[in-house]
Amino acid sequence: MTEHKQRILTQKEYQQMAKANEPKRPVLANCVRAFLVGGIICLIGQGITDFYIFCFGFTEKSAGNPTAATLILLSVLLTSLGVYDHIAQWAGAGTAVPVTGFANSMASAALEHRTEGYVLGVGSNMFKLAGSVIVFGVFSAFVIALIRTLIAMIGGV
Amino acid sequence: MKQGSQSWVFTNCPVIVGAAVVGGPREARGPLAEDFDLLHDDLLFGEKTFEKAEKKLLEEACELAVQKAKLQKQDIEFFIGGDLLNQIISSTFTGRTLSVPYLGVFGACSTSMESLALGALIIDSRFGGNVLCGTASHYAAVEKQYRYPTEYGSQKPDTAQWTVTGAGAVVLGPTGAGPRVVSATIGKIVDMGLKDPFNMGAAMAPAAVDTIAAHFQDLAASPSDYDLIITGDLGRYGHQLTLELFPKYHIDMPEEKYVDCGMMIYSREQPMRFAGGSGCACSAVVVFGHILNRMRRGELKKVLIVATGALLSPLSYQQKESIPCIAHAVAIEYTV
Repeated sequence: MTEHKQRILTQKEYQQMAKANEPKRPVLANCVRAFLVGGIICLIGQGITDFYIFCFGFTEKSAGNPTAATLILLSVLLTSLGVYDHIAQWAGAGTAVPVTGFANSMASAALEHRTEGYVLGVGSNMFKLAGSVIVFGVFSAFVIALIRTLIAMIGGV
Repeated sequence: MKQGSQSWVFTNCPVIVGAAVVGGPREARGPLAEDFDLLHDDLLFGEKTFEKAEKKLLEEACELAVQKAKLQKQDIEFFIGGDLLNQIISSTFTGRTLSVPYLGVFGACSTSMESLALGALIIDSRFGGNVLCGTASHYAAVEKQYRYPTEYGSQKPDTAQWTVTGAGAVVLGPTGAGPRVVSATIGKIVDMGLKDPFNMGAAMAPAAVDTIAAHFQDLAASPSDYDLIITGDLGRYGHQLTLELFPKYHIDMPEEKYVDCGMMIYSREQPMRFAGGSGCACSAVVVFGHILNRMRRGELKKVLIVATGALLSPLSYQQKESIPCIAHAVAIEYTV
């Protein structure tokens, strides 16, 4: 009888059933939200840059670092106050892609593991999520640099 | 005694002499708040870590259940418990506090009914007098164990579920007044090859239906023998799939007779509710609190509780394994 029951539904049939039942991910709406929120974060960043340029005499180039630092500070603050994940649920990639997303991934991991101590907890878990971003970020930068150098060598731009 | 392929029918019908449920702040804002014995308004309850907080939940539920059974701690002969943390530490540390003979079980979110069925078996076979069964889960501790840091900004799909912060415990005894455990069906692992940990309802639904079908077949019963059939934590989408699966198993289930604890614990208006609640505590708090209260009020006479568990680990998921699922059913009857 058990065998009979097993054959009621094959794995494939059920997977199709489950797929049909699953709500469609609102890809378009998510893209629009990501565009808006990501854009707003960049706009805030531009505002901070201008603030540093006009108030503290930074150049457009040298204002980049303090701007990133300010955005990171804001992101860490919002993460610690427990707000960032709520914004991210609505914004999706909009909050994940800019520097604020990177800061959030580090701050959230550090907060999560501080109960295991500073060394075994915070220290070794802080890059739990951000680590792969660094690894693949550095590696892809290397590959792009290599391609660019090769093109330059064979007489390109 | 065993009946059919995988069911136990208890001839002495162990009695639930005491039951207690404890919850967190989110549960306190939910529609079942009145059925809790104790509610906390923050997630740490004065403890230093979320893991310790989860242990405290279970300790409190156990203590209250023993109190409500009008027993002393030393009257408890066995404690059966389980939870979702690595090496089921919350249950183990609760066992340390209780210092009674302890059996740790792991059935993920099916632990509530797994421990209840085993407890009933001990009493029915007269191998013990008073058995305490309990389980707990804590949103932050479980998220840390299974998913991302709680404050990490990742977008969850609508099929995701929210881990219930709470604990439920019952004291089973051989005699007395109260709801009685009449039968249990031990589930088989069912794996339909689903891999999405953000859609556990869909992964667990076939396990639930498999156990329900086995229960009806073993006991020659049908949905009409029960006032309510309750699954553990399938959530909205799992609930819908289960309803679609019943006809395939030739079960004629009236839609209003089948409910899911994951859908009952939170209200629609609560933020980030997704598909509903999940976790060990989900079925434990809803059944040991709300459902038992309704039985005591005479609104329900006989219910079948089917606690569902997704037995995955973060490691098995990362290694691309599918999600093995299980469901254990326990029938509870209350005749005044």
